[in-house]
Amino acid sequence: MSEWGMQKAALNERLTAGRRLATGKVVPIPKLPEFLKAVIRTGDRVCLEGDNQKQADILAAALADLDPADVSNLHMVQSGVVLPAHLDVFEKGIARRLDFSYSGPQSARIARMLFGRKIELGAVHTYLELFARYFIDLTPNVALIAAVSADKDGNLYTGPNTEDTPTVVEATSYKNGLVVAQVTEIVDKVPRVDIPGDLVHFVVEAGKPFYVEPLFTRDPAAITETQILTAMLAIKGIYAPYGVRRLNHGIGFNTAAIELLLPTYGERLGLKGKVCTHFALNPHPTLIPAIEAGWVEQVHCFGSEVGMEDYVAARPDIFFTGPDGSLRSNRAFCQTAGLYACDMFIGSTLQIDLEGHSSTVTTNRIAGFGGAPNMGSDPRGRRHPSEPWLKAGAEADPDSSAALRRGRKLVVQIGETFGDRNVPLFVERLDALELARELDLDLAPVMVYSDDVTHIVTEEGIANLLLCRNKDEREQAIRGVAGYTDIGRARDARSVGRLRQRGVITRPEDLGIDPLDADRRLLAARSIKDLMLASGALYRPPSRFRNW
Amino acid sequence: MEKLSFKLNAPTRAGGTRAQAIVGVVASGNLEVLLERASPADVCTIDIATAAHGFGAVWDAVVRDFVARRAAGGLRISINDGGARPDTVALRLAQGVRLIEEREA
Repeated sequence: MSEWGMQKAALNERLTAGRRLATGKVVPIPKLPEFLKAVIRTGDRVCLEGDNQKQADILAAALADLDPADVSNLHMVQSGVVLPAHLDVFEKGIARRLDFSYSGPQSARIARMLFGRKIELGAVHTYLELFARYFIDLTPNVALIAAVSADKDGNLYTGPNTEDTPTVVEATSYKNGLVVAQVTEIVDKVPRVDIPGDLVHFVVEAGKPFYVEPLFTRDPAAITETQILTAMLAIKGIYAPYGVRRLNHGIGFNTAAIELLLPTYGERLGLKGKVCTHFALNPHPTLIPAIEAGWVEQVHCFGSEVGMEDYVAARPDIFFTGPDGSLRSNRAFCQTAGLYACDMFIGSTLQIDLEGHSSTVTTNRIAGFGGAPNMGSDPRGRRHPSEPWLKAGAEADPDSSAALRRGRKLVVQIGETFGDRNVPLFVERLDALELARELDLDLAPVMVYSDDVTHIVTEEGIANLLLCRNKDEREQAIRGVAGYTDIGRARDARSVGRLRQRGVITRPEDLGIDPLDADRRLLAARSIKDLMLASGALYRPPSRFRNW
Repeated sequence: MEKLSFKLNAPTRAGGTRAQAIVGVVASGNLEVLLERASPADVCTIDIATAAHGFGAVWDAVVRDFVARRAAGGLRISINDGGARPDTVALRLAQGVRLIEEREA
């Protein structure tokens, strides 16, 4: 007979060791290094909280300061590899194996370390996929998390940036793992209980807020006329005909341009109330003019956005807010909402190949996936109908019985044919394939697979891949919107002409889009200051975006 | 500075009656396009002065598509380019033929 309760006994050992250095649940910050050494064991699976927004930065630094003679061989399971300390733990030999999702700012260093075999890579996941594995085969032994405040019982207030915390705590604490939270301050009573105290074993008063990256802020001043033209194409050529009301926008200037054209160009097209009413979206500052103009009914958020706290709190009819008045975000729920309850994902990418696979991996950079592959995929488990979903399904498969035909989620890749530093968006072969070969990976890191993408939008036009009937048509449809890249110039002009006649390719002139409208005056806000003014001064831009 | 010149058969005559139009500015990554009604109705001439060398083949493709797709007959077009991307060039040219169709403000 096996002995039951081994995990509880192991947790009790950690608790006993930790309590020697704590007062109740509170660990004084000078004792933090000794405390981590006492509660973390060599070989532990550790979730260090951090994603593309909030970071448990104090705990990350303390973990990286451990001596590998005391603690080593950790298996890090975490959403984001974002802070230098997240990789220092591998450099120093404290951690060995990594399962993660997103690595934006560390994309170059993580690639170097993977090539140098400093990190044993489990897999790169989407957020929702990694969360799922927390409950099956990657359950943490220790979670190091971040919150705004705690009371002496360990009840946590996460403020607007709740994000991953409930998911991480659920998986760790209910499976006999140890939960340690860094908080800005310890208070008598938290403004609202985001995480119940009986799931939290220790708290550390950091004395300063956890770090948050303003990742979703795009300065309207940097939006180009080509991006405006591309945004007009998306609105008139996709949003309008499909009647897309429930959607997610990826990060970037193309989607920021769309948000800023809704109250101007969208209004002129009579689309208010017919498109863009419900979002799974972070509180993008560029959505303020559309919200103020009455376009948006509801937004559920993955996380918050720096500077948007007061605006969100003042718009509880739009956002999900707690009894304290501030935003309640939740990445796992919002990713689920984006997957099952949205009819469209639209976002930009770095490379698209001739089949329509897209990837953000370029030579020597591994940025991870974040949420995009989840948002940008067709959920096979969806069963509720909606107009855009049914229409897309009918376009893909016109001959089968309507009652037995699946709908399709609209998955739109949008971008200019030439990106940053004139690098072409369209390529013969994804750099991701080279990376997979060099690192001996079973799978090339593909952001959106070809069989999920339904439309590609560039300044040259829209390619509707749902209407392509074979591989050759698909290739010519992609070449047909690839502009003056090598891929675009190698098109077969006659095939592209035929695809245009069938409506597979739509040009700006086919939609009656006037190139003179591709003007920055069409943006509902042309600067960060305009956004602040549109919010009635409720939006408080971070200092790096204040240039007045 | 590289100079390129094109004289192309233009299937569609430019609309409107305005004698000239100007769009864009000379700046890095941007360009200024001057359009004048100064060619035979079925011809479009395009003179380019560009800061970026070695892109003759791309210019050739961009201006040929432009003349085939847009109403450019009868125009003499002068371009001052500050190294704009092809998508920006194509947009400016399209804006230029639209502007010359407009009544004078």
